[in-house]
Amino acid sequence: MKYTVMINEGPYQHQSADTALQFVRAALAKGHEIYRVFFYHDGVNNGTCLSVPPSDDRQIQKEWSELAKEHELDLVICIAAAQRRGIMDESEAKRQGMDAHNIADGFRISGLGQLIEGGIQADRTIVFGD
Amino acid sequence: MAIKKFMYVNRKAPYGTVYALESLEVVLIAAAFDQDVSLAFLDDGVYQIAKGQDTTGIGQKNFSATYRALGDYDINKIFVEQESLDARGMTADDLMPLVYEDEDDDWAEKPSISIVSRTEMAAIMAKQDVTFSF
Repeated sequence: MKYTVMINEGPYQHQSADTALQFVRAALAKGHEIYRVFFYHDGVNNGTCLSVPPSDDRQIQKEWSELAKEHELDLVICIAAAQRRGIMDESEAKRQGMDAHNIADGFRISGLGQLIEGGIQADRTIVFGD
Repeated sequence: MAIKKFMYVNRKAPYGTVYALESLEVVLIAAAFDQDVSLAFLDDGVYQIAKGQDTTGIGQKNFSATYRALGDYDINKIFVEQESLDARGMTADDLMPLVYEDEDDDWAEKPSISIVSRTEMAAIMAKQDVTFSF
């Protein structure tokens, strides 16, 4: 089955960020396709490369990057939500006149249309949130 | 590709958290995709479309006027749960009069809001292809 996954909460703040990662991993292990993962609200914070959790804790952002590389996942961060919360890629930082960017490997920034299109293309759309 | 039924479920108060505002942003984008869109308001979400919102005391933008524009975006299926209104001492009169112009009826202005019971809401939700919950 082809899934689009929406993640609406931030890592370490809310269980749904963990559950979403575990769901995607489990779905891939069962041979399902993940069409897209869309990060919204505080969920955009799953895509920062500047998070340094304690070393004996899970490494949520890094695990997303690794999973994306292994399975060629399309991890999309909503640009409007990202702008409010300070998640930037290089070109957006340049456009906004910022001197730093912090998007993690395997993520890209795009618009809300990617969420709707994901809902249209996938067999199932699953929302992880509060 | 066949048109899908998309429902946007709003469960949280308009201010206090960002969910309502960012949900509305999704809905406005979704309107451009020519899908079958409907909105549900339940729990504290019914406050999102309450009349007479005034945010001057909290220093936040009052975005309630945007709901009135939904009809212009062809979003005219807005379901409000009766039990959620009852629990908050509200009636239909406490909601903004959201309307749309019906192009199949000489552009007559019609109400977009339907107040439905929890049981009816469940049946409407069960018919959706994609449900986003905010």
